[in-house]
Amino acid sequence: MNKNSNLYTFIYSSVMVILVAAALAFTNGALKERQTKNGDIDKMSQILRSVKIEANASNAERLYNETIQNVYLIDHTGAILESDPRAAFAVDIAKEVGKDVSERKLPVYEAQVDGARKFILPVYGAGLWGPIWGYIALNEDKKTVFAASFSHQGETPGLGAEIATPAFQQQFEGKSMFRENAFTSIAVVKSGHKADGKDAVDAISGGTITSQGLEAMLLNSIGAYNTFLTSNSTESNQHENQ
Amino acid sequence: MKPLSKGNPVLVLVLGICSALAVTAQVKPALVMGISVVVVTAFANVIVSLLRNSIPNRIRIIVQLVVVAALVIIVEQVLKAFAYEMWKQLSVFIGLIITNCILMGRLEAFALGNKPFESFIDGIANGLGYAIVLFIVAFFRELLGSGTLFGYQVIPQALYDAGYSNNGLMILPPMALIVVACIIWVHRAINKDLQEK
Repeated sequence: MNKNSNLYTFIYSSVMVILVAAALAFTNGALKERQTKNGDIDKMSQILRSVKIEANASNAERLYNETIQNVYLIDHTGAILESDPRAAFAVDIAKEVGKDVSERKLPVYEAQVDGARKFILPVYGAGLWGPIWGYIALNEDKKTVFAASFSHQGETPGLGAEIATPAFQQQFEGKSMFRENAFTSIAVVKSGHKADGKDAVDAISGGTITSQGLEAMLLNSIGAYNTFLTSNSTESNQHENQ
Repeated sequence: MKPLSKGNPVLVLVLGICSALAVTAQVKPALVMGISVVVVTAFANVIVSLLRNSIPNRIRIIVQLVVVAALVIIVEQVLKAFAYEMWKQLSVFIGLIITNCILMGRLEAFALGNKPFESFIDGIANGLGYAIVLFIVAFFRELLGSGTLFGYQVIPQALYDAGYSNNGLMILPPMALIVVACIIWVHRAINKDLQEK
Protein backbone atom coordinates (compact mmCIF):
# COMPACT_ATOMS: atom_id res chain seq x y z
CA MET A 1 0.00 0.00 0.00
CA ASN A 2 1.21 3.47 -0.78
CA LYS A 3 2.21 5.05 2.49
CA ASN A 4 1.87 8.55 1.17
CA SER A 5 -1.66 8.15 -0.10
CA ASN A 6 -4.44 10.10 1.54
CA LEU A 7 -6.35 6.93 2.33
CA TYR A 8 -3.43 5.38 4.21
CA THR A 9 -2.87 8.56 6.20
CA PHE A 10 -6.54 8.78 7.01
CA ILE A 11 -6.87 5.17 8.16
CA TYR A 12 -3.60 5.37 10.08
CA SER A 13 -4.65 8.41 12.08
CA SER A 14 -8.15 7.05 12.74
CA VAL A 15 -6.86 3.74 14.10
CA MET A 16 -4.25 5.52 16.18
CA VAL A 17 -6.74 7.90 17.73
CA ILE A 18 -9.14 5.09 18.58
CA LEU A 19 -6.39 3.01 20.20
CA VAL A 20 -5.10 5.94 22.23
CA ALA A 21 -8.60 6.88 23.33
CA ALA A 22 -9.24 3.32 24.47
CA ALA A 23 -5.96 3.22 26.40
CA LEU A 24 -6.70 6.51 28.16
CA ALA A 25 -10.27 5.57 28.96
CA PHE A 26 -9.02 2.32 30.46
CA THR A 27 -6.39 4.08 32.61
CA ASN A 28 -8.91 6.59 33.82
CA GLY A 29 -11.47 3.93 34.62
CA ALA A 30 -8.97 1.80 36.48
CA LEU A 31 -7.62 4.61 38.63
CA LYS A 32 -10.76 6.68 39.12
CA GLU A 33 -11.77 5.25 42.48
CA ARG A 34 -8.34 5.77 44.02
CA GLN A 35 -8.17 9.33 42.69
CA THR A 36 -11.57 10.29 44.08
CA LYS A 37 -10.59 8.82 47.42
CA ASN A 38 -7.36 10.83 47.43
CA GLY A 39 -9.36 13.96 46.68
CA ASP A 40 -11.77 13.25 49.53
CA ILE A 41 -8.96 12.57 51.98
CA ASP A 42 -7.28 15.79 50.96
CA LYS A 43 -10.50 17.69 51.57
CA MET A 44 -10.92 16.01 54.95
CA SER A 45 -7.46 17.00 56.10
CA GLN A 46 -8.12 20.60 55.03
CA ILE A 47 -11.35 20.63 57.03
CA LEU A 48 -9.55 19.14 60.02
CA ARG A 49 -6.83 21.75 59.79
CA SER A 50 -9.47 24.46 60.29
CA VAL A 51 -10.15 23.04 63.77
CA LYS A 52 -6.42 22.71 64.46
CA ILE A 53 -6.14 18.99 63.88
CA GLU A 54 -3.18 17.99 61.73
CA ALA A 55 -3.95 14.86 59.75
CA ASN A 56 -2.00 12.91 57.16
CA ALA A 57 -3.19 10.66 54.37
CA SER A 58 -3.35 7.58 56.60
CA ASN A 59 -5.33 8.94 59.54
CA ALA A 60 -7.39 11.71 57.92
CA GLU A 61 -10.46 9.58 57.40
CA ARG A 62 -10.50 8.24 60.98
CA LEU A 63 -9.92 11.67 62.54
CA TYR A 64 -12.54 13.18 60.27
CA ASN A 65 -15.16 10.64 61.32
CA GLU A 66 -14.31 11.18 64.98
CA THR A 67 -14.37 14.97 64.80
CA ILE A 68 -17.09 15.88 62.34
CA GLN A 69 -20.43 15.09 63.90
CA ASN A 70 -22.77 16.35 61.26
CA VAL A 71 -22.72 17.70 57.71
CA TYR A 72 -25.70 19.32 56.04
CA LEU A 73 -26.66 21.76 53.33
CA ILE A 74 -28.63 24.90 54.02
CA ASP A 75 -29.95 27.71 51.83
CA HIS A 76 -29.45 31.42 52.49
CA THR A 77 -32.45 31.55 54.84
CA GLY A 78 -30.87 28.90 57.04
CA ALA A 79 -33.39 26.18 56.13
CA ILE A 80 -31.98 22.71 55.73
CA LEU A 81 -31.92 21.49 52.14
CA GLU A 82 -30.10 18.21 52.51
CA SER A 83 -29.20 16.35 55.66
CA ASP A 84 -27.33 13.44 54.12
CA PRO A 85 -23.66 13.96 55.10
CA ARG A 86 -22.34 12.30 51.96
CA ALA A 87 -24.33 14.50 49.62
CA ALA A 88 -23.38 17.58 51.60
CA PHE A 89 -19.69 16.64 51.57
CA ALA A 90 -19.76 16.14 47.81
CA VAL A 91 -21.06 19.64 47.02
CA ASP A 92 -18.67 21.51 44.74
CA ILE A 93 -18.15 24.80 46.52
CA ALA A 94 -16.44 26.32 43.48
CA LYS A 95 -19.70 26.10 41.56
CA GLU A 96 -21.87 27.32 44.42
CA VAL A 97 -20.06 30.63 45.01
CA GLY A 98 -20.69 31.60 41.40
CA LYS A 99 -24.46 31.41 41.84
CA ASP A 100 -26.79 34.02 43.21
CA VAL A 101 -26.94 33.90 47.01
CA SER A 102 -30.56 32.77 47.00
CA GLU A 103 -29.72 29.72 44.88
CA ARG A 104 -26.63 28.54 46.67
CA LYS A 105 -26.41 25.26 48.51
CA LEU A 106 -24.33 26.01 51.57
CA PRO A 107 -22.51 23.21 53.37
CA VAL A 108 -22.09 23.33 57.14
CA TYR A 109 -19.76 20.95 58.98
CA GLU A 110 -20.44 20.56 62.68
CA ALA A 111 -17.40 19.45 64.61
CA GLN A 112 -16.84 18.43 68.20
CA VAL A 113 -13.48 19.68 69.44
CA ASP A 114 -12.50 19.27 73.10
CA GLY A 115 -16.16 19.01 74.05
CA ALA A 116 -17.20 22.22 72.29
CA ARG A 117 -19.26 22.51 69.14
CA LYS A 118 -17.69 24.29 66.13
CA PHE A 119 -19.25 25.25 62.83
CA ILE A 120 -16.96 24.85 59.85
CA LEU A 121 -17.87 26.82 56.74
CA PRO A 122 -16.12 26.45 53.40
CA VAL A 123 -14.95 29.58 51.56
CA TYR A 124 -13.86 29.92 47.94
CA GLY A 125 -12.60 32.86 45.90
CA ALA A 126 -9.98 34.17 43.52
CA GLY A 127 -6.38 34.99 44.29
CA LEU A 128 -3.90 36.54 41.89
CA TRP A 129 -3.09 33.56 39.67
CA GLY A 130 -5.87 31.13 40.41
CA PRO A 131 -8.47 30.03 42.93
CA ILE A 132 -7.97 30.25 46.68
CA TRP A 133 -10.14 28.41 49.15
CA GLY A 134 -10.31 27.38 52.75
CA TYR A 135 -12.37 26.52 55.78
CA ILE A 136 -13.35 28.80 58.63
CA ALA A 137 -14.26 27.22 61.96
CA LEU A 138 -16.58 29.34 64.08
CA ASN A 139 -17.17 28.85 67.79
CA GLU A 140 -20.51 27.80 69.17
CA ASP A 141 -21.68 31.46 69.23
CA LYS A 142 -21.37 31.36 65.40
CA LYS A 143 -19.57 34.70 65.48
CA THR A 144 -16.00 34.38 66.60
CA VAL A 145 -13.45 32.44 64.60
CA PHE A 146 -11.98 29.39 66.26
CA ALA A 147 -9.40 28.79 63.54
CA ALA A 148 -9.00 29.04 59.78
CA SER A 149 -7.19 27.17 57.06
CA PHE A 150 -6.52 28.40 53.55
CA SER A 151 -5.16 26.75 50.45
CA HIS A 152 -4.33 28.02 46.99
CA GLN A 153 -3.58 26.63 43.59
CA GLY A 154 -0.69 28.73 42.36
CA GLU A 155 -0.09 31.93 44.31
CA THR A 156 3.44 33.33 44.22
CA PRO A 157 5.74 31.49 46.64
CA GLY A 158 6.88 33.79 49.43
CA LEU A 159 4.16 36.35 48.64
CA GLY A 160 0.55 35.33 48.02
CA ALA A 161 1.27 31.73 48.91
CA GLU A 162 1.86 32.86 52.50
CA ILE A 163 -1.90 32.65 53.09
CA ALA A 164 -1.41 28.91 53.51
CA THR A 165 1.08 29.37 56.38
CA PRO A 166 0.15 28.96 60.06
CA ALA A 167 1.53 32.43 60.81
CA PHE A 168 -1.08 34.06 58.59
CA GLN A 169 -3.94 31.76 59.54
CA GLN A 170 -3.40 32.13 63.28
CA GLN A 171 -4.25 35.81 63.02
CA PHE A 172 -7.89 34.86 62.46
CA GLU A 173 -8.26 33.08 65.77
CA GLY A 174 -10.60 34.92 68.11
CA LYS A 175 -11.58 37.53 65.51
CA SER A 176 -15.29 38.15 65.11
CA MET A 177 -17.32 38.04 61.91
CA PHE A 178 -19.91 40.33 63.55
CA ARG A 179 -20.06 43.77 65.12
CA GLU A 180 -23.16 44.51 67.18
CA ASN A 181 -25.01 41.59 65.63
CA ALA A 182 -24.46 42.80 62.07
CA PHE A 183 -22.33 40.77 59.70
CA THR A 184 -19.10 42.61 58.86
CA SER A 185 -16.75 39.83 57.82
CA ILE A 186 -13.06 40.26 58.60
CA ALA A 187 -10.92 42.78 56.78
CA VAL A 188 -7.43 42.08 55.51
CA VAL A 189 -5.50 45.34 55.83
CA LYS A 190 -1.95 46.63 55.55
CA SER A 191 -0.12 45.70 58.72
CA GLY A 192 -0.44 48.29 61.45
CA HIS A 193 -3.68 49.70 60.03
CA LYS A 194 -7.14 49.20 61.43
CA ALA A 195 -10.41 48.66 59.58
CA ASP A 196 -13.45 50.76 60.42
CA GLY A 197 -16.23 48.91 62.17
CA LYS A 198 -14.85 45.41 61.80
CA ASP A 199 -12.13 43.10 62.95
CA ALA A 200 -9.03 42.93 60.79
CA VAL A 201 -5.93 40.86 60.19
CA ASP A 202 -2.62 41.91 58.65
CA ALA A 203 -2.34 41.44 54.92
CA ILE A 204 0.71 39.88 53.33
CA SER A 205 3.18 42.50 52.24
CA GLY A 206 3.82 42.06 48.55
CA GLY A 207 0.77 39.82 48.24
CA THR A 208 -1.77 42.61 47.81
CA ILE A 209 -4.03 41.03 45.21
CA THR A 210 -4.13 37.71 47.04
CA SER A 211 -4.94 39.51 50.31
CA GLN A 212 -7.72 41.49 48.66
CA GLY A 213 -9.03 38.29 47.07
CA LEU A 214 -9.06 36.65 50.47
CA GLU A 215 -11.01 39.52 52.00
CA ALA A 216 -13.57 39.39 49.16
CA MET A 217 -13.76 35.62 49.51
CA LEU A 218 -14.66 35.84 53.20
CA LEU A 219 -17.24 38.54 52.59
CA ASN A 220 -18.88 36.65 49.73
CA SER A 221 -18.73 33.11 51.09
CA ILE A 222 -19.47 33.68 54.77
CA GLY A 223 -21.97 36.46 53.95
CA ALA A 224 -24.28 33.89 52.41
CA TYR A 225 -24.58 32.22 55.82
CA ASN A 226 -25.71 35.48 57.46
CA THR A 227 -29.20 34.26 58.43
CA PHE A 228 -27.92 30.92 59.64
CA LEU A 229 -25.24 32.58 61.75
CA THR A 230 -27.54 35.12 63.38
CA SER A 231 -30.35 32.66 64.17
CA ASN A 232 -30.22 30.83 67.47
CA SER A 233 -32.18 27.86 66.28
CA THR A 234 -29.23 25.50 66.29
CA GLU A 235 -30.96 23.19 68.73
CA SER A 236 -33.85 22.58 66.37
CA ASN A 237 -31.40 21.90 63.56
CA GLN A 238 -29.82 19.22 65.62
CA HIS A 239 -33.09 17.51 66.36
CA GLU A 240 -34.04 17.38 62.74
CA ASN A 241 -30.79 15.67 61.96
CA GLN A 242 -30.90 13.09 64.65
CA MET B 1 26.43 8.32 27.53
CA LYS B 2 26.82 11.56 25.69
CA PRO B 3 23.45 13.04 26.75
CA LEU B 4 24.53 13.04 30.39
CA SER B 5 27.28 15.58 29.90
CA LYS B 6 28.61 16.70 26.53
CA GLY B 7 25.29 16.32 24.78
CA ASN B 8 23.17 17.27 27.76
CA PRO B 9 19.77 18.45 26.55
CA VAL B 10 19.53 21.29 29.05
CA LEU B 11 23.13 22.44 29.33
CA VAL B 12 24.27 22.11 25.73
CA LEU B 13 21.15 22.03 23.60
CA VAL B 14 19.28 24.38 26.00
CA LEU B 15 16.00 22.49 25.69
CA GLY B 16 13.32 22.03 28.34
CA ILE B 17 14.25 25.23 30.19
CA CYS B 18 10.67 26.26 30.98
CA SER B 19 9.95 23.32 33.24
CA ALA B 20 13.43 23.58 34.73
CA LEU B 21 12.37 26.99 36.04
CA ALA B 22 9.03 25.96 37.38
CA VAL B 23 9.58 22.85 39.44
CA THR B 24 13.02 23.40 40.92
CA ALA B 25 12.17 25.40 44.03
CA GLN B 26 12.35 22.15 45.99
CA VAL B 27 14.28 18.93 45.43
CA LYS B 28 11.38 16.48 45.74
CA PRO B 29 9.12 17.79 42.96
CA ALA B 30 12.19 18.26 40.76
CA LEU B 31 13.06 14.63 41.25
CA VAL B 32 9.53 13.42 40.50
CA MET B 33 9.45 15.64 37.42
CA GLY B 34 12.82 14.22 36.35
CA ILE B 35 11.62 10.65 36.74
CA SER B 36 8.39 11.42 34.86
CA VAL B 37 10.37 12.85 31.95
CA VAL B 38 12.71 9.83 31.91
CA VAL B 39 9.71 7.48 31.75
CA VAL B 40 7.92 9.47 29.07
CA THR B 41 10.98 9.99 26.83
CA ALA B 42 12.00 6.35 27.10
CA PHE B 43 8.60 4.93 26.22
CA ALA B 44 7.72 7.54 23.62
CA ASN B 45 11.04 6.75 21.94
CA VAL B 46 10.29 3.01 21.93
CA ILE B 47 6.76 3.43 20.59
CA VAL B 48 7.74 5.86 17.85
CA SER B 49 10.68 3.63 16.95
CA LEU B 50 8.37 0.61 16.65
CA LEU B 51 6.02 2.59 14.44
CA ARG B 52 8.77 4.31 12.46
CA ASN B 53 8.31 2.26 9.30
CA SER B 54 4.56 2.67 9.23
CA ILE B 55 4.16 6.34 10.12
CA PRO B 56 3.07 8.38 7.09
CA ASN B 57 5.71 11.04 6.65
CA ARG B 58 3.24 13.88 6.28
CA ILE B 59 1.65 13.43 9.70
CA ARG B 60 4.65 12.17 11.65
CA ILE B 61 4.77 15.18 13.99
CA ILE B 62 1.12 14.67 14.84
CA VAL B 63 1.69 10.98 15.50
CA GLN B 64 4.60 11.84 17.78
CA LEU B 65 2.50 14.38 19.63
CA VAL B 66 -0.33 11.91 20.16
CA VAL B 67 2.06 9.29 21.52
CA VAL B 68 3.68 11.78 23.90
CA ALA B 69 0.37 13.26 25.00
CA ALA B 70 -1.10 9.84 25.74
CA LEU B 71 1.94 8.84 27.81
CA VAL B 72 1.96 12.10 29.73
CA ILE B 73 -1.71 11.74 30.61
CA ILE B 74 -1.10 8.20 31.83
CA VAL B 75 1.81 9.41 34.01
CA GLU B 76 -0.38 12.17 35.40
CA GLN B 77 -3.23 9.77 36.17
CA VAL B 78 -0.87 7.39 37.93
CA LEU B 79 0.60 10.20 40.03
CA LYS B 80 -2.88 11.40 40.90
CA ALA B 81 -3.79 7.94 42.12
CA PHE B 82 -0.60 7.01 43.95
CA ALA B 83 1.16 10.26 44.84
CA TYR B 84 -1.63 12.77 45.31
CA GLU B 85 0.41 15.40 47.18
CA MET B 86 3.03 15.33 44.45
CA TRP B 87 0.35 15.62 41.78
CA LYS B 88 -1.10 18.68 43.49
CA GLN B 89 2.30 20.35 43.57
CA LEU B 90 3.28 19.54 40.00
CA SER B 91 -0.22 19.82 38.53
CA VAL B 92 0.08 21.74 35.26
CA PHE B 93 3.78 21.06 34.79
CA ILE B 94 3.14 17.36 34.21
CA GLY B 95 0.89 18.34 31.32
CA LEU B 96 3.63 20.61 30.08
CA ILE B 97 5.94 17.65 29.59
CA ILE B 98 4.09 17.34 26.29
CA THR B 99 5.62 20.59 25.11
CA ASN B 100 9.06 19.73 26.46
CA CYS B 101 11.33 20.15 23.46
CA ILE B 102 13.62 17.34 24.60
CA LEU B 103 10.89 14.85 23.80
CA MET B 104 10.02 16.00 20.31
CA GLY B 105 13.69 16.55 19.61
CA ARG B 106 14.66 12.98 20.46
CA LEU B 107 11.66 11.48 18.65
CA GLU B 108 12.41 13.43 15.50
CA ALA B 109 16.19 13.09 15.61
CA PHE B 110 16.65 9.61 17.00
CA ALA B 111 13.64 7.35 17.34
CA LEU B 112 12.46 7.81 13.75
CA GLY B 113 15.71 6.37 12.44
CA ASN B 114 16.77 3.80 15.02
CA LYS B 115 15.76 0.44 16.44
CA PRO B 116 13.53 0.26 19.56
CA PHE B 117 16.23 -0.83 22.00
CA GLU B 118 18.69 1.90 21.04
CA SER B 119 15.81 4.37 21.19
CA PHE B 120 14.90 3.19 24.66
CA ILE B 121 18.48 3.74 25.90
CA ASP B 122 18.60 7.13 24.16
CA GLY B 123 15.34 8.14 25.84
CA ILE B 124 16.56 7.13 29.28
CA ALA B 125 19.91 8.86 28.81
CA ASN B 126 18.33 12.11 27.66
CA GLY B 127 15.71 11.99 30.39
CA LEU B 128 18.46 11.44 32.96
CA GLY B 129 20.49 14.31 31.53
CA TYR B 130 17.47 16.51 32.12
CA ALA B 131 16.76 15.04 35.57
CA ILE B 132 20.34 15.59 36.74
CA VAL B 133 20.29 19.27 35.84
CA LEU B 134 16.90 19.68 37.51
CA PHE B 135 18.25 18.01 40.61
CA ILE B 136 21.34 20.22 40.79
CA VAL B 137 19.31 23.40 40.29
CA ALA B 138 16.72 22.32 42.87
CA PHE B 139 19.48 21.34 45.32
CA PHE B 140 20.92 24.86 45.37
CA ARG B 141 17.57 26.62 45.25
CA GLU B 142 16.09 24.67 48.15
CA LEU B 143 19.29 24.79 50.21
CA LEU B 144 19.82 28.53 49.83
CA GLY B 145 16.18 29.54 49.52
CA SER B 146 14.55 27.50 52.28
CA GLY B 147 17.50 26.02 54.17
CA THR B 148 16.06 22.54 53.66
CA LEU B 149 16.64 19.47 51.48
CA PHE B 150 13.77 17.08 50.69
CA GLY B 151 11.83 19.17 53.22
CA TYR B 152 14.27 18.43 56.08
CA GLN B 153 16.04 21.31 57.76
CA VAL B 154 19.74 21.09 57.00
CA ILE B 155 20.97 24.55 57.89
CA PRO B 156 21.36 24.48 61.67
CA GLN B 157 19.32 26.82 63.84
CA ALA B 158 22.55 28.19 65.32
CA LEU B 159 23.39 29.78 61.99
CA TYR B 160 20.02 31.57 61.90
CA ASP B 161 20.63 32.80 65.44
CA ALA B 162 23.94 34.16 64.25
CA GLY B 163 22.12 36.36 61.73
CA TYR B 164 21.92 34.10 58.65
CA SER B 165 18.65 34.20 56.77
CA ASN B 166 17.21 32.34 53.79
CA ASN B 167 17.50 34.04 50.46
CA GLY B 168 13.88 34.50 49.37
CA LEU B 169 15.03 35.40 45.85
CA MET B 170 16.19 31.81 45.30
CA ILE B 171 12.59 30.62 45.49
CA LEU B 172 11.47 32.90 42.65
CA PRO B 173 11.69 31.70 39.03
CA PRO B 174 14.40 34.11 37.80
CA MET B 175 16.97 32.52 40.08
CA ALA B 176 16.43 29.18 38.36
CA LEU B 177 17.64 30.75 35.13
CA ILE B 178 20.65 32.20 36.87
CA VAL B 179 21.48 28.89 38.55
CA VAL B 180 21.14 27.08 35.19
CA ALA B 181 23.44 29.68 33.66
CA CYS B 182 26.01 29.13 36.42
CA ILE B 183 25.90 25.38 35.83
CA ILE B 184 26.40 25.92 32.09
CA TRP B 185 29.33 28.19 32.90
CA VAL B 186 30.99 25.56 35.10
CA HIS B 187 30.18 22.84 32.57
CA ARG B 188 31.80 24.73 29.71
CA ALA B 189 34.80 25.66 31.79
CA ILE B 190 35.42 21.95 32.30
CA ASN B 191 34.59 20.87 28.73
CA LYS B 192 36.66 23.34 26.77
CA ASP B 193 35.68 21.82 23.41
CA LEU B 194 32.10 23.04 23.92
CA GLN B 195 33.17 26.67 23.95
CA GLU B 196 32.39 28.61 20.82
CA LYS B 197 35.24 30.47 19.21
